[in-house]
Amino acid sequence: MSENKLYTVSIYTENNIGLLNRISAIFQRRHINIESINSSISEIENVSKWTIVVKLTEDQMKKIIGQIEKQVEVIKAYYHTEEETIYQESCLFKIKSDLLFEERQIQNIIKESNARIVTVNKEFFVLEKSGRRSEIELLHRELSAFGILQFTRSGRIAVTKTPMEITKMLEAFNY
Amino acid sequence: MRFLPAQEFMETKTIKNNEQSTSKTIRISGSEAVVRSLMAEGVDVLYGYPGGAIMPVYDELYKFQNEIHHVLTRHEQGATHAAQGYARISGKVGVAMATSGPGATNLITGIADAQIDSTPMVCITGQVGSHLLGSDAFQETDIVGISTPVTKWNHQVTKASEIPEVIAKAFYIAKSGRPGPVLIDITKDAQFEEFDFKYEKCTGIRSYKPIPETDPNTLQAAADLINNAKKPLVVWGQGVILGEAEAEFKAVIEKAGLPSAWTILGASAIPSTHPLNVGMVGMHGNYAPNVLTNECDVLIAIGMRFDDRVTGNLASYAKQAKVIHFEIDPAEVDKNVKTDVAVLGNSKDTLAAILPLLKENSHTEWHQKFKDLYQIEFDKVIKDDLHPTKDGLTMGEVLKEINAQTKGEAAIVTDVGQHQMIACRYADFNVSKSNITSGGLGTMGFALPAAIGAKMGAPERDVVMIAGDGGYQMTIQELGTIFQTKVPVKIVVLNNNFLGMVRQWQQLFFDRRYASTEMENPDFVAIAKGYHINAKSVSKREDLANAVKEMMETEGPYFLEVMVEKEDNVFPMIPTGASVSDVRLE
Repeated sequence: MSENKLYTVSIYTENNIGLLNRISAIFQRRHINIESINSSISEIENVSKWTIVVKLTEDQMKKIIGQIEKQVEVIKAYYHTEEETIYQESCLFKIKSDLLFEERQIQNIIKESNARIVTVNKEFFVLEKSGRRSEIELLHRELSAFGILQFTRSGRIAVTKTPMEITKMLEAFNY
Repeated sequence: MRFLPAQEFMETKTIKNNEQSTSKTIRISGSEAVVRSLMAEGVDVLYGYPGGAIMPVYDELYKFQNEIHHVLTRHEQGATHAAQGYARISGKVGVAMATSGPGATNLITGIADAQIDSTPMVCITGQVGSHLLGSDAFQETDIVGISTPVTKWNHQVTKASEIPEVIAKAFYIAKSGRPGPVLIDITKDAQFEEFDFKYEKCTGIRSYKPIPETDPNTLQAAADLINNAKKPLVVWGQGVILGEAEAEFKAVIEKAGLPSAWTILGASAIPSTHPLNVGMVGMHGNYAPNVLTNECDVLIAIGMRFDDRVTGNLASYAKQAKVIHFEIDPAEVDKNVKTDVAVLGNSKDTLAAILPLLKENSHTEWHQKFKDLYQIEFDKVIKDDLHPTKDGLTMGEVLKEINAQTKGEAAIVTDVGQHQMIACRYADFNVSKSNITSGGLGTMGFALPAAIGAKMGAPERDVVMIAGDGGYQMTIQELGTIFQTKVPVKIVVLNNNFLGMVRQWQQLFFDRRYASTEMENPDFVAIAKGYHINAKSVSKREDLANAVKEMMETEGPYFLEVMVEKEDNVFPMIPTGASVSDVRLE
């Protein structure tokens, strides 16, 4: 019907043990792979926010939002396209400190990529980079040539360009 | 535990549970709090099976046995189906209880069944002590993890002080909105721990909106479509019964003259004999509503979810029609069938609200089409099912006899398979909440324990269980529960010595290769008699009426085996993947 697209799903929930299971089961049951997932506090006190990135059709996406919102402890779920969100990923590289001095090229790469050195000691240094997936992938490719001791990348975090109606919704609930 | 004979059980039911005062605080154990919380929710009967991790609660049930009746089933699966039967006939929340580990995992089939059939049920499981969680302790299992995909909500309690609030939430969630099963897992230390108990009913949860708001514009849009329709067709489901909207539903279809067909779980919301009731839709439904689904101009779905057994091939389902969907669960809208107008809300409210917007109509010509197609179905299928001329007994004539003896007022509890389809097709449902069956999950073994719960949920009603010889043996041990409680259910087994529905498919789609469907069966009468249940077997037409009469007239439980034709098929039938209008009559 329509083509697969990357969607950013934002889910506002109560903070409850087991909710991750409940939400991931919704995707698993439909044989949909989760590209990335992130859980954090949100702008609202005592409300957690999940940011999940999935690739599917809009029709599938709508149905899944329905299934997510149906969960008792989910307050509200939204989905947005790439264009509708401001999003970032973050990553860490652990690299041998020797390279910093032996390979002048590395210093240029760090400067040009706007990466930040988090810590340096005699054996290794840690580089942090936040940005779009493509920027992180480029940096990874460039540093791979010199050898990376460890690498990790976070899930996507995103905020939307338009406001989320969630705060108003919660205010309307009378305790 | 003391076991109550039927008479005494009925008496205890009339003792009103003292609703717990919300202001008074008493210092009690977690396990006593479980029992007091159940009583505060008005629970008069629960079904379960004791074991190590739930023993403190059973100890309290012993103390409170005059106020709350525990029924010992013979398997935890039986406890869930009994709780379902109780819930389906009474509209109240069914309660099942089990110990940790295998006790808890044995609940899963019933929980999954309640989830897909929207049955309000609360399951309480014992769990190993909280210090043992995750240690692979004896009878430890991650029941919260296991039950997550098949529960509306679940929660593990590790502190006694959480118990009243969590149980209050459990009942609220199970019953409100679109109902469903909830599981509460309570560690053994939380059951022993003492705390200051106070009970308050749950009245709302901020993240949970049980009933969506109804947009008045959708009501008007739906009314306009219905008022301008030339060939409207209603398909209603269990939403009418769960919403207790039978009267509102009847008023709507009568005012607008709407021919109305039902899904299996919607059966009995209006009487079978109602002139606007045009029968069942779906795979083994009636010919007219299936064929005319693809001819109607407005399809009005009320409290149903367009299950694949109802729609057949979606690509050719009611494509010509405008679709209106009255629905309480927003996730069901556009899930399987795209709707033109979705009216969200509780069926009782939305149907009452649309009534004044509807114009009176009769659609006489359109109705005639249903009658004409019914005649074709009668000549090709129904006549031979209900008035057979061949030697062997048909399942249909057994149903005809049960209708006659019960005046169509009994609750019919069925299992899964051919007998279920025949019962749904031919049973007279003159009272709402009369078709208690496993619709969505298709759980063989459902009927016998569900019948126990149904009879206890409505002691004043006749409850007739009908099962095949296959499904009956999946939970046959519940005869022990019937024997012990003396609950007067009528048990009918339609025995063709086959797993009949699978055999029918093998005949039609697998060149009659009857792989593992023929059954060598035991002497069912002897088994029933082993449990001291009156029992009879008939295989001749001339004995059938008297046997059914004797069954209905016998006080107490009764078992009747009817030997039916070995290789009868259920028609009409929509083969998998075919369109509803390609329904086969032979």
